[in-house]
Amino acid sequence: MSDYIANTEKDERLMLEAIGAKSVEGLFCDIRPENKPRSFNIPEGKSEFEVMRHLKNLSAKNATDLICFIGAGFYDHYIPSVVDHLASRSEFYTAYTPYQPECSQGTLQAIYEYQSAICRLTGMEIANASLYDGGTALYEALMMARRITGRNRVLVDDAVSPIYRTIIYSYTKNLDIEFVEVPAQHGQSDRAAIKKHLNDKIACIILQNPNFFGAIDNHSDITSKAHRVGALVVASVYPISLGLLKTPGEMGVDIATGEGQSLGLPLSFGGPYLGFMSTKREFARKMPGRIVGETVDANNKTGYVLTLQAREQHIRREKATSNICSNEALCALRAAIYLSCVGKEGLAQVAKLNYEKSEFAKSLIGKIKGVSVKQSSPTFNEFTVVLPRDPKEVIAAMIEKGFVAGFPLARYYKGMENYMIVAVTEKRTKEEIVRYAQSLESALC
Amino acid sequence: MELIFKKSSPGRRCTMFSKSDVPEANSIPLKYLRNTKAQLPELSELDVVRHFTNLSKMNFSVDTNFYPLGSCTMKYNPKFTEDIAKLEGFTSLHPLLPQLRLGGLLTQGALEVLYCMEELLCEITGMNNFTLQPAAGAHGELTGVMLIAAYHRSRNDKRKYVLVPDSAHGTNPASAAIVGYEIINIPSNKDGLMDIEHLKEKLTEDVAAIMMTCPNTLGLFESEIDKIAKLAHQKGALMYYDGANLNAILGKCRPGDLGFDVIHLNLHKTFSTPHGGGGPGAGPVGVKKELSEFLPISRVVKRDDGTFYLDYKRPNTIGCIAPFYGNFLVILKAYAYILLLGKEGLIKTSEHAVLNANYMLAKLNKYFTSPHPKRCMHECVLSGVHALDIAKFLIDRGIHPPTIYFPLIVKEALMIEPTETESKETMDHFIECMIEAARLLKEDPDALKKAPKTTPVGRLDETKAARDMNCALL
Repeated sequence: MSDYIANTEKDERLMLEAIGAKSVEGLFCDIRPENKPRSFNIPEGKSEFEVMRHLKNLSAKNATDLICFIGAGFYDHYIPSVVDHLASRSEFYTAYTPYQPECSQGTLQAIYEYQSAICRLTGMEIANASLYDGGTALYEALMMARRITGRNRVLVDDAVSPIYRTIIYSYTKNLDIEFVEVPAQHGQSDRAAIKKHLNDKIACIILQNPNFFGAIDNHSDITSKAHRVGALVVASVYPISLGLLKTPGEMGVDIATGEGQSLGLPLSFGGPYLGFMSTKREFARKMPGRIVGETVDANNKTGYVLTLQAREQHIRREKATSNICSNEALCALRAAIYLSCVGKEGLAQVAKLNYEKSEFAKSLIGKIKGVSVKQSSPTFNEFTVVLPRDPKEVIAAMIEKGFVAGFPLARYYKGMENYMIVAVTEKRTKEEIVRYAQSLESALC
Repeated sequence: MELIFKKSSPGRRCTMFSKSDVPEANSIPLKYLRNTKAQLPELSELDVVRHFTNLSKMNFSVDTNFYPLGSCTMKYNPKFTEDIAKLEGFTSLHPLLPQLRLGGLLTQGALEVLYCMEELLCEITGMNNFTLQPAAGAHGELTGVMLIAAYHRSRNDKRKYVLVPDSAHGTNPASAAIVGYEIINIPSNKDGLMDIEHLKEKLTEDVAAIMMTCPNTLGLFESEIDKIAKLAHQKGALMYYDGANLNAILGKCRPGDLGFDVIHLNLHKTFSTPHGGGGPGAGPVGVKKELSEFLPISRVVKRDDGTFYLDYKRPNTIGCIAPFYGNFLVILKAYAYILLLGKEGLIKTSEHAVLNANYMLAKLNKYFTSPHPKRCMHECVLSGVHALDIAKFLIDRGIHPPTIYFPLIVKEALMIEPTETESKETMDHFIECMIEAARLLKEDPDALKKAPKTTPVGRLDETKAARDMNCALL
């Protein structure tokens, strides 16, 4: 069928003549006959219409009408139409990494604006151009802390997303890094235990705010203690919550990371997502990933370039700060557009909506007999629910009622067999929340 | 153009969220709140639209310009796959849904895409299993080397080194080093291929793997590749294939048949998903069956009744390398592309990619030095003088420059990859511009120093950028 090839038979003939070859097959003569494919059993091509129909049918096998109360780090937020329209400009999406700055100022300036927005959001001084996702961003942060401190022991608050913790442990299996996990107490960082473990052997402590249970914290006391022993503080943060919550910068955090999916990216069955990272200026040269910087041309006109490339693999090869190169630029562009659309007031508004709707859901769920929502600290838009029955069964029953009710914690936390976390974003209406609580009550009967 | 933050005007609004329909809640205690609102710009919707639309016009892209950037496979990206990636049945799907009881049944379409894509990639490459999770080529490399490490570890075989040819992508040594291996560089011989005698010298039982790109970054097919693989296997080392250049060999040979044990692909290159200004891509990793048990979790499995589920019970897995199942929307676009092209289309793709590159080489090697002028695969490397000046001159002619100064082993390298989707007319225009550049440089070596002149900015001071480190407007 279609193959997007422009050459006609005549073109092919003329080109072969110019090359001095008899046939196209002759150009492949370095592949010796014994190295030809043993099989290449790929189905015949199809028309665009046939492929569209097939994939529309497949997409229809996925649920689109479930009301989403699940989060666990990945949230159902509203995406303004503008984001999709602007990111669909093919001058953006069919370009590549801006290696030639003069003809890539669009991408470069947009990334510079993204980096600026991430710094303003997190209260940090410098940000990179993106990483794959929130989990690998956290892995890159701990490797960065190891490079800066030259130490090999890492403290991990176990209220950090277990999805992220699994990723970190997987990547470092072949390396000499010792992890010490500090169990959370009543869903909150165990300060006494963390402070006890913090000493001059620790490269960094990894925290999350709001943590996996949804609890909000102010980690300033932990960062002070960490800095006294020369350890760094790495915090994974939820960007929408930063419309309201204390920033990592204000708490003295050294490296802030997070999942940028909430900033204008659809859930998309897990990707593409966006890892962000920001840090203090003094650590810029130890930071992984592409970075865009401002400069001037010969006429003193402002322009943007990829900078600090001396850290990167294409120059440093095995001595590079990371192997990461191009990753999620278009997702970073979406985040830049999203943050420009919602703006200063909009981000505060959407954060407040998330908080208030979540509090409303919490109050209704808390009234259900046998259910407890008590947490020792405030939460943002996600909270922990203790059920009188196995949440896995309850969640299955709720799916039949049209709700994705939450995420069960038993798989990751011992002793939390009856716990689940429930997320409520600005998209949930009062009516949906009321119906959710009623359905949960009847599912528990 | 002025930064978006400077266009801000207090009180102006773009996106408005619905008014709260729930009772006001008790406020969060002050100690948990930020001191001032995040200083994001305050703009109208038109401000935002005009700003980013005008920015987009400051880019070269495949849709607007010829983009023969070597090793990046900047082919045309079909539009229908963009529509598929916007279907709500895919975009609105929460990745945790299949991990819930009954949830898996509500994601069968998405799981089927992943399962079928894995099967197609196995057949295209001759491997036994694939993980689709890595989000980019370099991420795939890292995953691949982790799999190699897990394989040797499972055999209590402590190996220290990874061999990498000097023509390799910089990510190869960087990825291997991050997993904890030491790197030994293997030089290329006068034909631009791996120096086998040198390889034999370094190939001891301490070597975990040889990482190769084939065709290599000189655009040459390693004709002795199967022999190199045999040598490696005799010493217990594994063969790693950097699949960045798969566009050259579709249906012509399969890395699995050549003796490779691990491979990563760049779906965004060969299978034509847009490069996004630097991602998102997808870097699936394929393995031979000896390494399948180590693949990252989860794995998509087909039940006897034809339904699909996620398997997490893999005791020897390297663990999780991504939060979920990969860059799903990118995988989806590449899947649709493969279905559309089919067997004949894929074979034709490589034939015309190689034809076009050879045409470039044949037409240009009279004007430039070519380290290997006889033949190439999907890309050719020329060595000129002043590669940077030639690049900037091409920009003024509306052409995105080839990759320059890579591979590192060629001085003043210009690495040209036309891809199969470009017409002879476009290439002829490029050839004319290149010949003109060569002529101008011969007449006056400084003739092109002022290029480009047609872009929003001229050549930028990169030293100043690195020194000032102005990377954000705070």
